[in-house]
Amino acid sequence: MGNARLLRYVLRRLLQAIPVILGVVILNFLLLQLAPGDAATVLAGEAGGAPAEYVDALRTRFGLDKPVPVQLALYVKNMLALDLGYSFRNQSGVLPLILARLSATLLLMGTTFVLSLGLGVLLGLLAAVWVRTWKDHLISVAAIVSYAMPLFWIGLMLILLFSIKLDWLPTSGMEDAAAFYEGWERVVDIARHLILPAITLSLFYMALYTRLMRATMLEQRGLDYVTTARAKGLTERQITLRHVVRNALMPVVTVAGVQVGGLLGGSVVVESVFAWPGLGQLAFQALFARDLNLLLGIFFISSCLVVIVNIVVDVIYVLLDPRIRVG
Amino acid sequence: MHGFWRRFIGNPRVALSLMWLIFIVAVAAAAPVLEPASPFAIVSRPFSPPFGDFLFGTDSLGRDLLAGLMYGARTSLLIAIIATLAAVAFGTLVGSIAGFYGGIVDNVLMRISEFFQTIPSFIFAIVLVAILAPSAGSIVIAIATVSWPTISRVVRGEVLTIKARDFVQAAVVAGQRDMSILVGQVLPNALSPLIVTGSLLVANAILIESALSFLGLGAPDLMSWGFQIGAGRAFLRDAWWLVTVPGIAILLTVLAINLVGEGLNDALNPRLRDL
Repeated sequence: MGNARLLRYVLRRLLQAIPVILGVVILNFLLLQLAPGDAATVLAGEAGGAPAEYVDALRTRFGLDKPVPVQLALYVKNMLALDLGYSFRNQSGVLPLILARLSATLLLMGTTFVLSLGLGVLLGLLAAVWVRTWKDHLISVAAIVSYAMPLFWIGLMLILLFSIKLDWLPTSGMEDAAAFYEGWERVVDIARHLILPAITLSLFYMALYTRLMRATMLEQRGLDYVTTARAKGLTERQITLRHVVRNALMPVVTVAGVQVGGLLGGSVVVESVFAWPGLGQLAFQALFARDLNLLLGIFFISSCLVVIVNIVVDVIYVLLDPRIRVG
Repeated sequence: MHGFWRRFIGNPRVALSLMWLIFIVAVAAAAPVLEPASPFAIVSRPFSPPFGDFLFGTDSLGRDLLAGLMYGARTSLLIAIIATLAAVAFGTLVGSIAGFYGGIVDNVLMRISEFFQTIPSFIFAIVLVAILAPSAGSIVIAIATVSWPTISRVVRGEVLTIKARDFVQAAVVAGQRDMSILVGQVLPNALSPLIVTGSLLVANAILIESALSFLGLGAPDLMSWGFQIGAGRAFLRDAWWLVTVPGIAILLTVLAINLVGEGLNDALNPRLRDL
C-alpha cells in the first residue's frame, strides 16, 4: 500500500476519534451534573479542607453562575485544551500528575499485552493441536478457571505464595527506593517488581486468548484451503504452522486490540494491590481523597489512551493483512 | 425440548455447577435464618483461626467470616442479577429498535453502544459510583451502564437475521403493528442467544461488584465478598484465611455461572459443540 493512502487512512481514523473524545468530555460533564450539590464543592473534594478562594476559582473556571449550555461549552473548551484543572489534595495540576504516572502504567500494560497474547496464542495453538486429549483438557480447564478469578484476589494469592511464604519476590512498589540501584541493576530491580503485577493482570487475558485461539484454529482446520493444502501433499505440521496459525491469529489480534480499555480498568485494581505507581494507583488514591476532578481527568486521559492504541492496532492490522483494503 | 434438557443436564460440568449455584442461592436466601445476628456483629476475639469455634474463623474485628460469606452471597447475587436484568432490558430495547428500523436510527444507536464499549468501562464504573456515592443502587446503575452494549449488539444481530425470515414478512403483510411483530414474532426467536449472553453477564457483574467493593466503593451497610477481601488484605501475612476464603467463594460462583452459560450454548446449538 502506498504511503499516501496509509496517511489518508490514519487521518480518517483520527477524524473518527473526535466524536469519541467529545463524547467522553460530555459524559464527564454529565457526571459532574449528577453529583449531589454544587459542582465546585464536589470538585474541591467533599471532605472539605479546600480554602474558599479555591472553590470560588473553580466556580469561575466552570462558569457555574451561567446557564448549563454555557457551562458545557466552557467545560469542553477547557478539556480539549488539556486544561484538566488543579488537584488541591496533591497541590499540583491534574495533567502533570497523570503524565508522571503514565509511564509506569504503560510499562505494566505493555508487558501484560505481550505476555498474555504470546502465551495465550501458544497455549491455544497447543490445545488445538492436542484437541480432545488430556493436555487439551488441562489447558482448557486452566483457562476457564483463570477466567473466573477476580484480579485483586489472584494478586493477593500470588503475594501470599511468592512474597510472604517463599520470599522470592517483592510485595509492592516498582523499585527498591532505599537501594539506589543504577543502570542494569535498576532494570533488574524493576523487572523483579514487575513480575507479579504483570502475571496477575495477564492471567485473565491469557485465558481469553487461549480459548479464542483454540476455537479459531479448530474452525479454520475445517475450511477448504486446508483440504487443498492437504491434497497438495503438505504435512499436517506445515499446514498448521504456515496456514492455519496465520489465519487464526487475525481474530485474536483484533480482540486483543479491543481489550485495551479492559486492561486499563484491570490495572486500577492490580496497581492498588501491588502499590504500582501508575494511573490506577493514582485513581485509587483519588477515590480515597474524594478528589473527583482528578478522577474525571484520569477517566478522560485513559479514554484518549484507548482511542490512540486502537488506532495504532488498526494501522498495524492493515499493514499485516494485505486482504484489508483501505480507501 | 427433551433433547435440550438431556444435553444440558447430562453435561457433568453443568450438573456440578448447577448444584453449587443452588447451594449458594439457598444459603443467600436463608442467611437471616441461619445467622440471625448482623454479619457486622462482633462475636469473638479477633483472628480466631478457621475450624475452631467458627468454621472459617473471625476477622480483624472479631466478626464471623462465615456469617459475612452468607450475607455476602446475598449482596453479590442480588446486585449482579438486578444489574444484569436492567442491562438486558435496556440493551434489548436499544438492540431491537436498531435492528428492526435500521438506517439512521440503527447508525446512531450503534455508534452510542460502540462508544460505551470503547471507553475504559471499569474506570467509568468507578467514577460513576464515586460521584453517585457508594450504595447498592449506584453499583447496580454502574454495572448496568457498562453491560448493556453487549446485549444490544447481540439482540441487534439476531433481529437483523430474524427480520428477513418469511414468517416476519408474513406478519408485515398481514398488517400487524411494528411493536407486536417485534415483541410477538422477532424477540421470542432471539431468546436463546439472549439467555446465554445474559448468564455470562451475571458472572461479569459479580466480578465488577466484588472489585468495586474491594476498592472501598461497596454499599456501606451491606456485607460483600469483595469488601471482606479488601478488609482482610492488610492481614495477609498472619490471617491468610480472611482473603483466601471469600476469593474462593467468588471464583467458584463465577466459574459455575460461566460453565452453565457455556452448557446452555452447547445445548442450544449442538452443531457448534466441537468448536
